[in-house]
Amino acid sequence: MSIEKVGQPQDVRVSYIGEDAILFIFTPATSLFAPLATQQRIWQLFSWLDAQRESLDLQEIVPGMGNLLLRTSHKTLLNKLQDLVLTRWPQLDGKDDHGRVIEIPVHYGASEGPDIELVTEHCELNVAQVIERHCQSTYQVYCLGFQPGFAYLGGLDESLYIPRRETPRLAIPAGSVALAGSQTAIYPSASPGGWHIIGRTEVPLFTPSQSPITLLQIGDTVRFVPIGSAS
Amino acid sequence: MIEVLRTGAMNSVQDLGRFGLRHLGIGQSGALDPVAMRQGNLILGNAENDAVLEVGIGPIHLLFHAPCNAVLTGVDFAATLRSESDANAEPLQQVLPGYPVHIAAGSTLSLLRPARAGAKAYLAVAGGIDVPIVLGSRSTDLNNHFGGLLGRALQTGDYIPISKNALSNITLNASVRSLAPSHVLRALPGPDYDLFSTESHAQFWMQPWRISHQSNRMGMRLKGKQLQLREAANLLSAGVLPGDVQVPADGLPIVLANDAQTIGGYPRIASVIQADLWQLAHLSPNTSVYFQPVSHTIAVQAKARQTHYFERLADLLQQDRRSH
Repeated sequence: MSIEKVGQPQDVRVSYIGEDAILFIFTPATSLFAPLATQQRIWQLFSWLDAQRESLDLQEIVPGMGNLLLRTSHKTLLNKLQDLVLTRWPQLDGKDDHGRVIEIPVHYGASEGPDIELVTEHCELNVAQVIERHCQSTYQVYCLGFQPGFAYLGGLDESLYIPRRETPRLAIPAGSVALAGSQTAIYPSASPGGWHIIGRTEVPLFTPSQSPITLLQIGDTVRFVPIGSAS
Repeated sequence: MIEVLRTGAMNSVQDLGRFGLRHLGIGQSGALDPVAMRQGNLILGNAENDAVLEVGIGPIHLLFHAPCNAVLTGVDFAATLRSESDANAEPLQQVLPGYPVHIAAGSTLSLLRPARAGAKAYLAVAGGIDVPIVLGSRSTDLNNHFGGLLGRALQTGDYIPISKNALSNITLNASVRSLAPSHVLRALPGPDYDLFSTESHAQFWMQPWRISHQSNRMGMRLKGKQLQLREAANLLSAGVLPGDVQVPADGLPIVLANDAQTIGGYPRIASVIQADLWQLAHLSPNTSVYFQPVSHTIAVQAKARQTHYFERLADLLQQDRRSH
């Protein structure tokens, strides 16, 4: 009973979660990745809902990869939220100016990027090429999650795709710039993980005492800049 | 000030949690058993969201440098109060859950061990534990090292600041009853319920699930016959919430708890209803739980009933205070 598949509009899938949350999935069931154009509309939807947080009684508005989770504080009926979002969705064009460009200076290789050699072997590139390809792409912050300020970045060059490490590391240090699958990421805090560490940045990504709390926000564009590369 | 003379691992300052920041990757934190926590605050005349100490591992010995009124709630932790500077008090007094006590300056409160392994007790003090509010809450985010006392679990030698109103006017003869977990977690089907095989649906609702030792504030890990998907699932990462029951590739469910990350990619077979989530604080490793399917209406009613219980408790205590 908690699952309602809605055919219209444009095959948005809607699921109720628990008592007071609702998940909208805007990508087809077979998608392996959220297209940027879809994600841009999700960012617009986020901003639109965020501006009405209080009047709609929204406790959480969480963009995911091609989806959006809403949690109410109980007073607003979920049906009403569902109607509101499904009516709004077709009107969004994704063309808002999400214009912030954030440059992240990175020390690549050596002790800061202990897995860079592994990446060169797997991707059949040399160290300079790995750095160059990682730096020449621009990345979009699709959403934040996993850790405070941890950005899910879209836009990695396909030649840098690499499966996760077979044995996860017990600790990936804070500031690590890493690769796994079709993604690259920066770790705001130390954490265990199976990603390949190729460099490190000194830039703080999560500062609870400052505003903004997280350096990266959804919709931002990220560029990596090599500094004093140890390679 | 309360001086921590000795503490077990992972005991921390918590309130009801941190909300509205999941889109930044910031999780809820907060007391695993909000029912016990609110009971403690209410009986002391505190605000319901005042910060308390969550204690899971003893022994913990706390030296009170100033007098205060306090109460333990949640599991019985074989607690004693040694009053050294108060000549009128018994030298060694038992402290039972639900009964407020006056603690004289110089006294030591000791919590030895929980009556059920892994279960939590909460120490509330009148006026609340006075740590700074960080991002809207006094809760410790133990994974990300902020909030609470210095962003971490208590350590020996810590000083816990308490409110200057720690002697607010309470009636020490009132009491609240601690709830014992039923080991039945009522749940609603999750967004990915249909991805699981019919056999797995039956297994999920029918079999006893054993609590793993690896359970913690991030999630309750369960052992049993593995659940299977109809076919390999391909889910893009999406927002998750405490109470969601996710099933990783090994087929063994994890009930997400307060410190769970904000986004996940595993199929979700169910969500535990909010009125039953407090039980996660009290389920001992190697005991079993069952999931019971309920309707959305029942889930909403259960939560309303809990809210009503707290309103009634607040009213009763208010009347009690007036009559003294």
